[in-house]
Formats: sequence, structure tokens, C-alpha cells
Amino acid sequence: MTFMGGSPPSASSPSLLRMSRIAKSFGPNRVLREVDFELKAGEVHVLAGENGAGKSTLIRILGGALAADNGMIAIEGGPVRFRRPRDAADRGIAVIHQELSLVGSMSIADNLLLGREPGRLGWVDRAARAARARGVLERVGLRLDPDEPVSALPISSQQLVEIAKALSLGARIIVMDEPTSALSEPEVRRLFARIADLKAQGCGIIYITHRLEEIYALADRITVLRDGRVVASRPAGELPVGELVRLMVGRSIGDQAPRRAAAAGTVRLDLRRCRVRGEGAGRRPIVEDAALQVRSGEILGLVGLEGSGVSELLWAMFGALGKRAEVEMEIDGQTRRMSSPRAAIAAGIALVTNDRRRSGLVLSMDVVENATLAALPRFSPLGRLRRREEIEHTARTAGQLNLRCASLRQRVATLSGGNQQKVVLAKWMATHPRVLLLDDPTRGVDVGAKHEIYLLMNEWSRQGCGIILSSSEWPELLQVSDRIMVMHRGRVAASFRGGQATAADLLRAAMGHAIHE
Amino acid sequence: MNDGRPDQHESIGALERSAASRLRAFLSSPSATALLALGLVLAIGVAFSGDGAFHKWATHRDALRQASVYGILACGMTFVIITAGIDLSVGSVLALVAVMFSTLSIHEAWPPWLAVPACLALGGACGAASGLVVAKWRIQPFIVTLAMMVFARGLAKTLSGGMKVSTAVQLPDGSWTAAPVPGIFRLIDSRLLGDNISVVSLVFLACIALSWVILSRLRWGRYLYAIGGNEEAARLSGVPVAAMKVMAYALAGVFAAVAGLCQAAQEQQGDPEAGLGYELTAIAIVVIGGTSLMGGRGGIGLTLLGTLIIGYLDKILSVNAVPEASRLMLTGVIIIAAVLVQRRKD
Ligand SMILES: Nc1ncnc2c1ncn2[C@@H]1O[C@H](COP(=O)(O)OP(=O)(O)OP(=O)(O)O)[C@@H](O)[C@H]1O
Ligand SMILES: [Mg+2]
Repeated sequence: MTFMGGSPPSASSPSLLRMSRIAKSFGPNRVLREVDFELKAGEVHVLAGENGAGKSTLIRILGGALAADNGMIAIEGGPVRFRRPRDAADRGIAVIHQELSLVGSMSIADNLLLGREPGRLGWVDRAARAARARGVLERVGLRLDPDEPVSALPISSQQLVEIAKALSLGARIIVMDEPTSALSEPEVRRLFARIADLKAQGCGIIYITHRLEEIYALADRITVLRDGRVVASRPAGELPVGELVRLMVGRSIGDQAPRRAAAAGTVRLDLRRCRVRGEGAGRRPIVEDAALQVRSGEILGLVGLEGSGVSELLWAMFGALGKRAEVEMEIDGQTRRMSSPRAAIAAGIALVTNDRRRSGLVLSMDVVENATLAALPRFSPLGRLRRREEIEHTARTAGQLNLRCASLRQRVATLSGGNQQKVVLAKWMATHPRVLLLDDPTRGVDVGAKHEIYLLMNEWSRQGCGIILSSSEWPELLQVSDRIMVMHRGRVAASFRGGQATAADLLRAAMGHAIHE
Repeated sequence: MNDGRPDQHESIGALERSAASRLRAFLSSPSATALLALGLVLAIGVAFSGDGAFHKWATHRDALRQASVYGILACGMTFVIITAGIDLSVGSVLALVAVMFSTLSIHEAWPPWLAVPACLALGGACGAASGLVVAKWRIQPFIVTLAMMVFARGLAKTLSGGMKVSTAVQLPDGSWTAAPVPGIFRLIDSRLLGDNISVVSLVFLACIALSWVILSRLRWGRYLYAIGGNEEAARLSGVPVAAMKVMAYALAGVFAAVAGLCQAAQEQQGDPEAGLGYELTAIAIVVIGGTSLMGGRGGIGLTLLGTLIIGYLDKILSVNAVPEASRLMLTGVIIIAAVLVQRRKD
């Protein structure tokens, strides 16, 4: 990723925002203790810390979505009190929340312009509205029909719409809580260009991410939270990456995405043909005649930009698209018809989707209930639940994944984003799969846990699993994959051996430029 | 609902849960709210029973008996509401079964061991039919069960010829005589344990127990919560969504049938007009208990509390001879209050 350029704000830059001695508890769980945080004009201030450290909680307090138990917020020197998100917005604070806050059933334009429609006396000028929405979307490089409902968008576009909305408010303080967790490389670059514009205009930006390369590409200053306390706050130049990681997770981590290749065995999964119809008449197919093979012990990387059909291909192989998909495939040499996810699970396939809140978790249930949901028959012989075994399994897996929760009976809705992702992984670990389809499995996961997840993938491949990994983080994907296939507009456009491709190669292929080998 | 957890995962969470925090967690749970409301209702009952009615067991026995039919319907409703659905047909199914049970027992002289299963099967079939349409064609439960509500009422009227099916029998010469009341009717309408508890109340409690087992102890129950909480995530986790939905509506139908049996026995007749509006009372009970209409949250314990709250309220109002009109208005207010209190928790 390119360095942003521009001179860092000097120590004398005016202070935009100061939060002092912020404290917050949920019941007995003390999430923030005496946190101090300062943001200067023209500064990108990165807030780092492991899953559950309290970053989003601090942001929700700043955004008026949550009341602090204690502490003070001052904007440009003047103390403020936010009772609701509206108050914070009025003081020039825009927040891109980690868990997207768009209204799914409403159109993109409605979401973008909510409460600020052009027109008079409640009469909405539709043309002006659409034009304005298009302009807002352009800024993040989105070309979408503003009348489309948000729920029809894939998660990456939703994230971009959310970003576009925050940028359009003309705020001076912009908070981005993991804005890129679902974005791919080109989209991230475009966002970084916008951030550079904002800096030049003297805005202050609070940026949260678990991607180390983003931290160093953007940060003027880094503050590290650990267990709700600030453990360091320094200019980015004075905090080398090794130390940053150690401050965050409390130990050093050698290689973020280690790969110890297992000996590739027999063909585990042989996808002969896959075709996914587009929704609505006359639309082009989303996936066209894709074919691939995964051997046991192999990790196959799958890459594609928005609309390439990567996610749909994974869903189709999992039987989750119903009649929209035609799939011919063999597992361990046996032809299997994937008529439903249930059948796929029985055939030993697991799918980690890229949208945990929409398709991964039942937010109203607790950690244990989610962790055993996909393998419930095993925990309930003759239909009777064996709660003890459920808890034992969950406790064990939670330990492996370093899950942070107050109790295993905590509802997953109240877990931090990264910890929710770990619950999804725990759920599929319980099914003992032979083929793992992973769609961005490390989305929103901290460096320590990411490391654990890649170690787990090594372990699974050593045990003979075939793994298909799609990830929006290409550097890691390049590191762990034995082979990489690039999809473009529903077709496999190129494939590379692991270690022989660069991110630039992937990007060229993903954008549809012909590859001559 | 809040059971103790074994020790092994205490080490995992960052924090231990102390007894105090457990108490606090309980106090903010729907069960605590419902219990509190019930306590309040009972206190009001004691305060406003001039002749000391609330100090007599008979008052409680009768309150429970009168609430039982509603409570049985509410058991079935709980299953459906947990899946984020609704069943408007239970009142009509109750009437249909009451008619069928009376016809079979009084006029066809079927023995109970045949008539009762036949009636339960009829109720279950009505529910399963709704469930199938909801699950397979993805039509909104409100619409589907509204249709079933009308249909079942029509069927009840057809079977009964639009008249109450009672023990009155017309002889060939045109005169009327009374057939004997079937033994099963008298059994259901009797009291046990030295006249201290009605059989219908025992049936209701058995329904609660059965529902509790299904919802809290069986895989099926877990699946129902998962579907109500996030249907897409449930489907992708291999939950047989369609089958589970059919089961939920079928159970609602079976419980409606049980309520129909009780109703017929208590009235000693099958009235095709019976159960009008009962579905609304059943929904109110579930909601007042604290089960969420959005699905995925709640439980049968809450429905038990909801039944008692509604039952005692009714008793208090009738003991104090409050007119029907005021009772209805008051019930409306209480439903809103209960929902507001429950929503505060989210
Ligand atoms: N409503 C709530 N009730 C109880 N606990 C909560 C609630 N909201 C958050 N928490 C807890 O607060 C802690 C901090 O959560 P927070 O979302 O701030 O973490 P985070 O630093 O943003 O992590 P991540 O990187 O995973 O997003 C977590 O342990 C979480 O379980
Ligand atoms: Mg967070």
C-alpha cells in the first residue's frame, strides 16, 4: 500500500477533540477504565487493540450512541454532552460504525439522504434526490442505482455506502470503525485517497483497523487500548510494528500468516461445473461454468472483485442458492448433490460466510447455542440436548480461539465484532468438516487471533481438509495459499501457483486484463 | 432459565460472575418482570377483595380453571411466536374440535380412546396445513392463519349444521330428549385432590410441562429459537427450517384441539361459535409474559406467568363486579404497559 504523503500535523496543531477519563461498564464487565484520547486537526489517529479491547465502545460513546459512566468530552476546547447520536452529528462528528447501520429495506438514496431530502414542504424531488445520491456515491467510486434497496447489496457495497454517507455530512471529526474490513484492494485505495483529501481540509480522523499495513499507511498517531486501558499513545514513527503487536496482544507474533504446507493428497473436492443464474429475467449469470479442484491438505485461494461471483460460487457449492445454482461436484470421488446446506453439512462441507450478522450468527442466542448449532444432532442423540457436552465443546474451542466473553451464556449480540467472528468459526469447527469454504474468515479479527486462525487452517490441512479461502486481504492470501484462482465476471480468469504471484498480478487478472503466461 | 454454569468455562471469560451480578442479571430478565407483575396483580387482588375472597383457595382454583383454556392455547402460540410467526386460527380450530368431539362422543358414541386422538389429529392437521403454506410458499403467517381461521370456522359450522351440538336429541316423533353426558366430558369437567384442583387446570399444567421439555430440552426447541432469531443463519447451519415451522404450527393446532376438548367438556356441548377472539387472548398472554413477537426470545415459563396474570386480573375484576366494558378497556391498557416494560430491557 502506498504511503499517504503530506506532512504530519505538528504538535501545535489545534486540538479538535479531547476525551478524558472515560469509563464504561456493562454490568460487572468493565470495558473502559479512565481512557484519555486526543484528536488534532489534520490528523489520522489510529485506535488499535485486540478484539474486545473497548475500541468500538469508546467510539459509540463519542458518537452519542452510548452514555459513558464517567469522564468528559470536549470539542475544540468546549465541553459537550451527547444524549443521542443526533447531538454528536450536530457537533460535526460522523461515525462509520463497525456493524453497518443502514436500513436494509430502504433504498440507497433514502439511506444516504435520510432527513436531508431536497425539496420543499415534504414534497420529495425525486430527480434531484437521485442526482444527489449519485454524486455522494461517486466519491467512493460506487456506480449504483440509488433506488435499489440496501438489503440487495453485497456487504462490501454496503460498507461503501456507509462510508459515502459519513463523508457526505461535512463533518470535522470522522470516525471510521474498521471501514475496510469487507473491502478489496482497489476500494481501499480509493478510501485512502478520500482520507488524504479530508486531512488536507483540516478534518480529524479516528481510524480503527486490525490490518497492520493500513495502520502504517495512514497513521500520524497510534493509541493502543488493552483491556479498556490506554497502554501507549505515540506518533506512528516511534512505534515499530513488532512493538505495536506486542502492546496489543501482550506477546510477540513472528509471522502474521504462517503457512506450513501440508503434503497435498488425493482430490477432496472436484467441482466439475457450476453455474449460478442472476436474479431477475435477462440478467447475466453470476457464475458461469466455473470448475476447480481441491486436494486434501491444500489451501486454494479464491480472489475476485465486487461482482466476480466468488461468494456466490462458495454459496452454490454449499447448496445455499437452491434452484438458482446448477452444481456438479464430487467429494472424495463420490458425486454429491448439494440440494441444501443441510445436505452439504452432511457431506462434510462447512461455509463461513462473509457477513456474520446477516448469515453467520443468531444474535439473540448465546455463545454456546451458536457454537453448537451446525452440529446439534451430535450434541443431542435421540433429540435430547446434552448441555454439558455443548458447554465442554464450546469452552474448549473458545480457548483455542482465545474468545473473549464475560460468560459463555452471554448473548453474541453483545460480543465485540472480532469475537463474534470467532463464534462463527467455533460453530464450524464443531462439524469436523472435510472441506472448508471460508469467505473472509478473518474479517475484523485481531492480529493475535488471525495468527491463531491461520495456524488452525494449517492444522486442518494437515489433518486432510481441503480448504478454499477467499479473503479481502490479499497479502495474507498470497502467503497462505498453495494455489490461487482469480475470478472475473463469473469466470475463472487466471490461476497462479502459491508464492509465484504478486498482489499486482491478482489485481490485473481480477480487473479482467488478459494474462499471457 | 438462568441455570448455574459448570466451572470449566469460568476460566475463559475475562470476569467471574458473582452472585450479586447474577441476581442483577435475573432482575433485569423478562421472567423477573413477569413475576413482579404477577406479584402486583396478586397484591391488588388481596387488597380489593372485601369479603376476603383471595384468602380462600376456591378463588384461586377457579381463577386457574377459567384461565386454563386460554393458557393451553397460549402454549401452542408460544411455539409459533418464537419462530417469529403468529397463529390467528386457534380460536376457530378450538370450535371445530369442540364440535367434532361432541358429535363423536355424544351422537356417534365413539369411545374416548378413539375420539380424543381423532380430535387431536384434526387440530394438528389444521395447524400443519397452515405451517406448510407458510414454510413452502413463504406467505406471511398472518395471512395464512387468517385464512385458516375463516376456513376452520366455516368447517365447524358445516359439521354442526350451524347449531350447537348438545346432548339434546330429537326423537323420530319430533319430541326432544336428553342423551346422557359422556363419561369423558364429566371426567374433564371434574375436580381432583379433594375438590381442590380442576382437571382442566391439570391439563393446562401438563401442556406447560410438555412445552417446556420441547423448547428447553430438545433439539427441536433450539431449532425453533434459531429460526426466530435469524432464519437465514439457521438455514445455513443446517436447521431444517421448513419442517420445524410445520411442526410449530402443528403443535399450535394440537394445543388448540386440547383446548377444544376442554371447552366442549365444560360446556357439555360443541358450539360452532365457541372460541371467538380467543386467539387474541392467547397472543396477549404470550406477549404479556415477555416472549418477543419478533421471534427468537422468550419461553414457556413466561407464558405460564402470562396466563396467571391474565387469569387473576379477570378474577379480580369479576370479584369486584367490574362491568365487561371496563374490563376490556383495562386489558388493553395492561397489554401496552406490559409490552413497554418488556421493551425497556432490550
Ligand atoms: N451491550 C453490551 N453488554 C455487555 N457487554 C458488552 C456490550 N457491548 C459490548 N460489550 C463488551 O465490551 C467489550 C468491548 O467491546 P468492543 O465492541 O468495544 O470491542 P472492540 O475493541 O471494538 O473489539 P473488536 O476489535 O472485536 O471490534 C467486549 O468484551 C464486549 O463483550
Ligand atoms: Mg469493534
